[in-house]
Amino acid sequence: MTVPEGIVWAIFLLPVASLVTVTFVTKPFPRLSGFVTIAAIGLAWVFALWTLGAVIHSGGEPLHFGTYRWLRIATDNPVLNGIGGPNLDITLGLRIDGLSAIMLVVVTSVSLLVQIYSQGYMEGDGGYSRYFAYMSLFTAAMLGLVIVNSIIFIYVFWELVGLGSYLLIGFWFNKQTASDAAKKAFLTTRLGDIGFLLAILLIWTKTNTFNIPMLQTMAQNNQISDGVITLFALGMFAGAVGKSAQFPLHVWLPDAMEGPTPVSALIHAATMVAAGVYLVARMFPVFQASTEAMRTVAYIGGFTAIFAASIALVMSDIKRVLAYSTISQLGYMMLALGLGGYVAAIFHLLTHAFFKALLFLGSGSVNHATGTFDMRKMGGLRKYMPFTYATFLVGSLSLSGIVPFAGFWSKDEILANAWGDNKLLWAVAMTVVFMTALYTFRAVFLTFEGDYKGGEPSAHGEGAAAHGSGHRMPHESPWVMVLPMLVLAVPALLAGFVNFPMQSTQALGHLLEGALPASSAAALGNEKFNVLLAASSTLLALLGIGLAYAIYEAKLVRAEELRKIWGPLATLVERKYYLDDLYEGLVVRDGLYNVVCAVAQWFDTHVVDFAVNGAGQVTRKAGDTLRRVQSGSVQAYGSVGFAGVVLAAFLMLVLLER
Amino acid sequence: MPRENDGHAKWLALIATVAVFATSCVLVINFDRGAGVSSSPFQFVSQATWIDAGIAGFDVQFHMGVDGLGITMVILTTFLFVVATLVSFSVKLRTKEYFTWILILETAVLGVFSSLDLIMFFLFWELELLPMYLLISVWGTGRKEYSAMKFLLYTVAGSAFMLVGFLVLGFSAGPVRTFDMVTLSQSSIGGSILPLWVIFGFIFVAFAVKLPVFPLHTWLPDAHTDAPTAVSVILAGVLLKMGGYGMLRILITLMPREAHRYAVWLASLAAVSVIYGALLTLRQKDLKRLVAYSSVSHMGFVLLGIAALGQVSMNGAALQMFTHGLITGLLFVMVGVIYERAHTRNIDELSGLAHTMPLTATVMTLAGFAALGLPMLAGFVAELLVFLGSFDTYTVPTIVSVFGILLGAGYILWTIQRIFFGPPTVRWAHLPDANAWWERVPMAAMTLAIIAVGVRPSLVTSVLDGGIINIVKAL
Repeated sequence: MTVPEGIVWAIFLLPVASLVTVTFVTKPFPRLSGFVTIAAIGLAWVFALWTLGAVIHSGGEPLHFGTYRWLRIATDNPVLNGIGGPNLDITLGLRIDGLSAIMLVVVTSVSLLVQIYSQGYMEGDGGYSRYFAYMSLFTAAMLGLVIVNSIIFIYVFWELVGLGSYLLIGFWFNKQTASDAAKKAFLTTRLGDIGFLLAILLIWTKTNTFNIPMLQTMAQNNQISDGVITLFALGMFAGAVGKSAQFPLHVWLPDAMEGPTPVSALIHAATMVAAGVYLVARMFPVFQASTEAMRTVAYIGGFTAIFAASIALVMSDIKRVLAYSTISQLGYMMLALGLGGYVAAIFHLLTHAFFKALLFLGSGSVNHATGTFDMRKMGGLRKYMPFTYATFLVGSLSLSGIVPFAGFWSKDEILANAWGDNKLLWAVAMTVVFMTALYTFRAVFLTFEGDYKGGEPSAHGEGAAAHGSGHRMPHESPWVMVLPMLVLAVPALLAGFVNFPMQSTQALGHLLEGALPASSAAALGNEKFNVLLAASSTLLALLGIGLAYAIYEAKLVRAEELRKIWGPLATLVERKYYLDDLYEGLVVRDGLYNVVCAVAQWFDTHVVDFAVNGAGQVTRKAGDTLRRVQSGSVQAYGSVGFAGVVLAAFLMLVLLER
Repeated sequence: MPRENDGHAKWLALIATVAVFATSCVLVINFDRGAGVSSSPFQFVSQATWIDAGIAGFDVQFHMGVDGLGITMVILTTFLFVVATLVSFSVKLRTKEYFTWILILETAVLGVFSSLDLIMFFLFWELELLPMYLLISVWGTGRKEYSAMKFLLYTVAGSAFMLVGFLVLGFSAGPVRTFDMVTLSQSSIGGSILPLWVIFGFIFVAFAVKLPVFPLHTWLPDAHTDAPTAVSVILAGVLLKMGGYGMLRILITLMPREAHRYAVWLASLAAVSVIYGALLTLRQKDLKRLVAYSSVSHMGFVLLGIAALGQVSMNGAALQMFTHGLITGLLFVMVGVIYERAHTRNIDELSGLAHTMPLTATVMTLAGFAALGLPMLAGFVAELLVFLGSFDTYTVPTIVSVFGILLGAGYILWTIQRIFFGPPTVRWAHLPDANAWWERVPMAAMTLAIIAVGVRPSLVTSVLDGGIINIVKAL
């Protein structure tokens, strides 16, 4: 089975087409806009499966397609004798291998289900068509990002993903919090992107290419000096830290919850945050060539995992719990990558995409019923929303890593890698397992068990359409919302078997390793499934669930008492370690705006412009004096004019004589 | 034209500018993109002796023609003048004179971009001053006389330096004294009364005022703030480019050795302009001043590209001039649309406009993203080329400048948020959207151009490169 180039292009171009159609044609007909988008992404999903099939069929061999010249500045023109600097040749080409094909399938699957769900969730919203146009743009940018073979086009789509997130997070632009969050997401990620852009500038200066396979080979063959490789890798990682919300640039992600919930499901599962992990995986041979870069990735990932998990423990907003959980899980993936666990990281990216999308859609469904995301106002929803409860439970078990749910297998592969490589990071990862189970089941118990606490008295839920009302009892969401959750529950349960460790050849691993140059694949850690490790991590997860049960369900200990014991530490965590205050208050508002910018402005008015105006004053005085010359006497003009001609003639003679 | 027919003036002006634009399109179509490699990159040349001062051993030629760089600037100019004419359709005051000055301004600018004789160049450069002065001081707003005078004095001061520089250059050329740029570029210049590095400095000051470069920029925010919309479009879109164009066409081409000597200082100045301009942009409360200061920042990229003296970087600089003309032109058009309806440009007063002006909000957001360098919109490629071309030569100034795109994203997004987002307000509930055809046509045309250049930058670079090669050849 082969896949024609046109089909691969179509995966990317279909959402572009739906963006254009929705914007210019179907805007006045909201329902139609939804259908057009779903049809386009549905077809893209079919083509993505086809593409994956072709890669599997070829045994994981990368498929290359024609390259197109985008921009060329030829400096090798003979008239220049090489003084123009190096040739610039930017080409656009596609490369499909196991990594990109899997990403295509994950992105289109999650996006498709999220779009279907959105029909119910966004029903009646004034910006319904606009919403689907943005969703198309966002999906297209993410799909473009994974199919190109040039680092510069990754950057291009990377920024377009940023645009998509900006538009979607700030979708309800009448809310100040939403437009703040959109701006924050774009700016925070752009700070990381500065690193990414500088990395591209550096590597082009040194190697004169943007071609990813070529860069991979050069890195593996030590054709680039160590210092350059490290800087290149770290620069790209800065971009990944921004997009994948790693410490210290994670701050945009929890705020991004201001966007509609299906948007969160898409951003946090399959698209934007996955982009950073994808970038590191795509450029993995480059990272492998630098011990410093690998170590940085591992430690940043490990720290982010435990740091974000600690915040997730105390959030009372169900979406924020999931947001910090996303950051923590992404930290897991980075940790795996940094320790050489390339397959484990992508495996976890895959399973996480499904179960996290499921959990977000579940939280949206809960909001649909209660009008709030505040878990303190929920409770007892199990009775009213059986499908939401069941699927949320599947997602939670998968996230907590309970056998045989998908998350168990991928998480365990990461733990096995850490055990073999770095005991400190392994200990961190194990702690995170416990914390994950605890905060996840805290959310489950608070939301679905106990008595219903009434939700939000008036429909304060998201958008115009939230059905939540305290007057009625909550009810299950419509089938367009339930169905995608049911579908997602299947991979959340079963996706682990794509890389089932008991098999002789691990299907996913084989496919992913085909995407790397041979030398790079050979250097991958080959950690075997370790039953003892798996059992102990499962035990920790069960302990976490048990503790959550004891506190939030059986109420053996009162949560408020615990809060009191922990006192200042709890406050520190609840305030998210004061990082938002530090960044937004101290650095941006006080430091940049009120000091640096203000000083520059003072300087501009009182020094630069004052000098000019001062010169102007002097000129005016001079003008006043000179004005007397302008007497109106023709004789006077004549004599001055004559003198001038003489002077000019004299000067000319002098000049000519030289 | 009789006074009572004032209303016809705008139509005549529109016909004239469209005709000029159409002509320049024909020129672009017939332009030979392979030139520049051959001996003369200049095309559509017309040449005649204008002033023959045979005794003094020099003459002033009427020598006009364009290369890839010139024609790119010409088409930008003719396009933006059509835009400027359209957005002036709402002008009520003395329309006949207004459009007369606009057309004279167009003549002057086109003259600058196609003169191949230093004296001709200088005369067109000066010719641009009068219409600008009058357009700002008569049809402007606020402290218009002050701003117009400031603009005039700054430019005249620069011009004085330029004239001295040109005269010395022309008289010290060998073996023949000449003001002809093509001949000059092949002559040896030496033995003048002033050392060449001084001449370079003189001429640089004139162009630096125009670009503008820190610390010679303070006329720009004032001129922009008080100018009518169309004049702001022209000022930012075209007039600033005369500075960059002059640097490429005259400074670098005629004095390559001095250019190398100065380059590191120019690159540093460029980085300062980028960051300083961006920091000041963040503080602005007036929409027009905000866009004006952002221009200082963006023109810093042009200077950086020029300073790196490479083919890629100078292509980037020239492309940045072109794309900035489109993007900032569009931003000023949108500010004009808002100002005409709300009668204020104060960012603190505006809020929630996206509710009543969705089209305005959409187009301005797109222009804003183009300005902050979003890929697939025009600005990105230009900045990328500048950075790629200058990173190796001037690493530190380039890294500093790259942070300009972060600050740029900051002021653009913050501005969009403050004026367009937020709950609908009673005060602005009745503002109509951009609904007149003479507003929508330029908005659509500029948006299309921005997207087209962003997606297919080779549309422009293939033309530009022929001119740039010729400049690089002289280095």
